[in-house]
Amino acid sequence: MVAAASGSVGGNPVIIIGGGQAAVQLCLALRKQKVATPILMLSEEAEYPYHRPPLSKSFLSGETDEEKLAMRPVSFYETKDVQVKLNTVVSAIDTVKQTVATESAEFTYEALVVATGARPRPLPLDSAYIDDGHLLDGVHLLRDVQHSRAIKSALEEASNVVVIGAGFIGLEFASVASAMAKNVTVFDTADRVMARAVSPDISSWFEQTHRANNISIRLGDSVREIIGDEKVTRVIASSGEELDCDLLVVGIGVLPNVELAAAAGIDCDNGIVVNKYCETSVANVYAIGDCSYHPNSFYSNKMIRLESVQNATDQARVAAGCIAGDKKPYHAVPWFWSDQGEHSLQMAGLSDAADQFVRRAGATDDNFSVFHFSAAKLQSVDSVNSPRDHMLARKLIAEQVSPTPEQAADPEFDLKSLLP
Amino acid sequence: MPKVTFIDADGTRHEVEGKNGISLMEIALSNNIDGIEAECGGSCMCATCHCFIEDDFTAGVPAMESDEDEMLGFTAVDRKPSSRLSCQIKMADELDGIEVQLPSEQN
Ligand SMILES: Cc1cc2nc3c(=O)[nH]c(=O)nc-3n(C[C@H](O)[C@H](O)[C@H](O)COP(=O)(O)OP(=O)(O)OC[C@H]3O[C@@H](n4cnc5c(N)ncnc54)[C@H](O)[C@@H]3O)c2cc1C
Ligand code: FES
Repeated sequence: MVAAASGSVGGNPVIIIGGGQAAVQLCLALRKQKVATPILMLSEEAEYPYHRPPLSKSFLSGETDEEKLAMRPVSFYETKDVQVKLNTVVSAIDTVKQTVATESAEFTYEALVVATGARPRPLPLDSAYIDDGHLLDGVHLLRDVQHSRAIKSALEEASNVVVIGAGFIGLEFASVASAMAKNVTVFDTADRVMARAVSPDISSWFEQTHRANNISIRLGDSVREIIGDEKVTRVIASSGEELDCDLLVVGIGVLPNVELAAAAGIDCDNGIVVNKYCETSVANVYAIGDCSYHPNSFYSNKMIRLESVQNATDQARVAAGCIAGDKKPYHAVPWFWSDQGEHSLQMAGLSDAADQFVRRAGATDDNFSVFHFSAAKLQSVDSVNSPRDHMLARKLIAEQVSPTPEQAADPEFDLKSLLP
Repeated sequence: MPKVTFIDADGTRHEVEGKNGISLMEIALSNNIDGIEAECGGSCMCATCHCFIEDDFTAGVPAMESDEDEMLGFTAVDRKPSSRLSCQIKMADELDGIEVQLPSEQN
């Protein structure tokens, strides 16, 4: 805990490693909690914090300009007494001396918040790389604004687009590319799209919808080899088929950025291990956002790692509370959204434990939700073009009231009547 | 440029200029007005950009879509008839002089 009283400026700062969603929310939450300690944000990126969700959606399609990506104007940081150092990679943490080191400097912290996020899982294909380990021209990952800018400009010229990975980012990008009349093929080794995240019913609806929009979807298949001397020209599928390709986007998941914390002796697993207060195994060091491996109180304190705006924001508040001396545990229903072309997919809760899926119909075939139950208790809800179901699901799960599967399946039944 | 006045819950007024086509939420953030949080960045997913637009100022304000309507059931301060999500309203000439009341809490 650091000085919470206002006016106690000076002394060592709260240091945040990372300049993403979680970092900004932490600054906001600390100031809202009246923590007056200076804040030092160290980010390896060249830009002030920006929103990532548009990078695979409206920024690529041109609907959102670059200037709208920034989470806050530059003046915000000054107003909030946050010193931001961009292009600054933190290379070591010393938890005994309470310092962090960069190439050229060392900073002492009052409290340290690790918000290093995650990085794209690299494509395990030798042919994707040129000699110096760089990706072959035309092969792209998608995590930061530089990636997205590069893809956006490649899209102008591209005709044959291949996507590896039918997850959220892959399908969002594929939808944008196909709306630009590109020839788009998506590969995934799984037998359905978004297999790790949504119910089979939702997968098959999106698969059909994307196919109807001329996106070719190859399931149970992947790219075996990428061909091209200076630039990708073709790919060979595991099935043996060869396809022309001038733009290849890889979206096969992410790896949490834990190495820095691990090297400092902080416990790491599938992320930096934290308790319900976002505290790591080392005193005065917190971890929040995509890099944190944390318990969720709505699901028997199961340890999970989430990649979502919701989680980054809610964990930022929890860590800020601890630093301000107003310690409150993380208690949040996970939610997420993905816009794919014209369609909106919204998810509330965690579905891993589900043993029963119930479809709730909406006004048309393009509006419905799938309710996931475990032992007849509601676990999570995936909604397609049904914001009302999604919002009700967030409330039902938060209040821990479960409709019966029969009630969920009956569109005439008013789910709202179950809420206190 | 058309003008917008944001009014904090404590009555403090902030008169700022807004570019056409930019949402009221974005105008508030670019002027460092704290009463808007906008966690989801304008995706109509978080309801932390809640505001009130009283009858005197609703002329020219577009009607809400169903997702905004649903999301308004999730605001930190209770919804009122004048409740809107500021990320869903884009600035336009017709809105010149609009007053936007901010709630005391967003989450
Ligand atoms: C293309 C895309 C689309 C998405 N769409 C959605 C969506 O629709 N809905 C949703 O809920 N979520 C979405 N997400 C996920 C969401 O953006 C993330 O969950 C969120 O950004 C996590 O915030 P974070 O601060 O934990 O990590 P990040 O935003 O990744 O920030 C981490 C920061 O730490 C920096 N960093 C890492 N290591 C160091 C170091 N050693 N020194 C200095 N700096 C370092 C990184 O460069 C980065 O700036 C999307 C993500 C992407 C990439
Ligand atoms: S900014 Fe999230 S709903 Fe408006």
